[in-house]
Amino acid sequence: MDLELMINSLPKLLNAAVITLKLLSVSLIIGLFIGLFFAILRLNKNIFINRFAYGYSYVFRGTPLLVQIFIIYFGLGQIEHLRSTVLWVILKEPYWCAIIAFALNTGAYTSEILRSAFQTIKPGIIEAGKSLGISNKVIFYKIQIPIAIRQSLPAYGNEIILMMKGTSLASTVTIMDLTGVAKYIISTTFKPIEVFIVAGGIYLFMTFIIHNVIKFLEKKYSFN
Amino acid sequence: MELLAFGDTGWGDELFRATLMTIAVSITAMIIGFLFALIFTPLKLSKNKFLNFIANSYTTIIRGVPELLVIYLFFFGGTGAVMFVASIFGYNEYIEINAFITGAFAIGIISGAYSTEVFRGAIQSIDKGQFEAANVLGLNKFGKFFKIILPQTLRLAIPNLSNVWQITLKDTSLISVTGLVEIMRQSYIAAGSTRDPLFFYSFAAVLYLLLTFVSMKLINRLEVKYSRGY
Repeated sequence: MDLELMINSLPKLLNAAVITLKLLSVSLIIGLFIGLFFAILRLNKNIFINRFAYGYSYVFRGTPLLVQIFIIYFGLGQIEHLRSTVLWVILKEPYWCAIIAFALNTGAYTSEILRSAFQTIKPGIIEAGKSLGISNKVIFYKIQIPIAIRQSLPAYGNEIILMMKGTSLASTVTIMDLTGVAKYIISTTFKPIEVFIVAGGIYLFMTFIIHNVIKFLEKKYSFN
Repeated sequence: MELLAFGDTGWGDELFRATLMTIAVSITAMIIGFLFALIFTPLKLSKNKFLNFIANSYTTIIRGVPELLVIYLFFFGGTGAVMFVASIFGYNEYIEINAFITGAFAIGIISGAYSTEVFRGAIQSIDKGQFEAANVLGLNKFGKFFKIILPQTLRLAIPNLSNVWQITLKDTSLISVTGLVEIMRQSYIAAGSTRDPLFFYSFAAVLYLLLTFVSMKLINRLEVKYSRGY
């Protein structure tokens, strides 16, 4: 055990963990909107809209995140037409490519979580709203969404943790996140176990915090 | 389309072999995972606090740390660990471990943590009366486990195990960083030499979709088989 290396690499890894957290939070926020959008499409009765939303979530849940990042980072740059548009400003940055891939990926899982949450809302609750003369829009925003959020908290907590682990793939497109820096230190010092303990410890600590925050929110928003 | 031709002109045969490699690694990893689950599930259910602690640390650490980090640990640390063990037995030459074994082992350990949780949940949800009934029938330990508990556990576990299989299958794409030529690595090579990454990575995505689709169909059949009588 090389304790000195562990202590020396801790600040570097902590700095990298900030990048991991940034990647995670930005992609979660974008992913939440994507997820909500597609969950609403899934509830639509039009079969084409419905199929489209299902196809989206099927493709993104059925393929590895690594493929998705590579398609966006390496693949989209190949389209000549795209290179001349404004989008290229975003797509040439590995950081944004990673975030787009993460957001689309977590959006697919989130849409499934939210869809099942919407579907478990008892029709009686919506009928109660209607009989009070509340408009459909208000019922959706003030009744269905809050209940769905409460219903989906446990599953969404798992998704956050899975996504945090997913951000490690950003290191494959040259981003120096926690895993990227850990790999760099391992490949220069050849001390994989020490670095794994420190980096893994930071990841576990973040998992622990996320887990407890979700637990707290679950309690706060519980019905009783 | 000519990019996918079989033979020297296209990448069809290479990608086909890479797909077989992905399937082989996934199945090996899944089996290694089952072996780990076989060890850690009893530890999780044991009344001994210390054994509990060991099993809980295993599942918590593996499920809380990114797969890629675990793979790097095995990739960079695997050779060192094996050479250390070999040196105890007096063998000091350089040993290189096969990328397939390293990869399957790393993914297997990850898959094992998920399988352990699935088996624990399934065994815990079996009615206590079943254990008692097996005792009353005078079955011995093996009979009790193989004839009464295991079939019921499998029925409850298969839907969740199919999720573990999907996770494992997708995780194998990460082994490409160690150089094992599976779908992802082969697409990377093909994309590099033809300068057509969009096509090859999209094709890789299609291959993965195909694998998940076919395996879901097969698992559904298994599910029907094990839930007959319910």
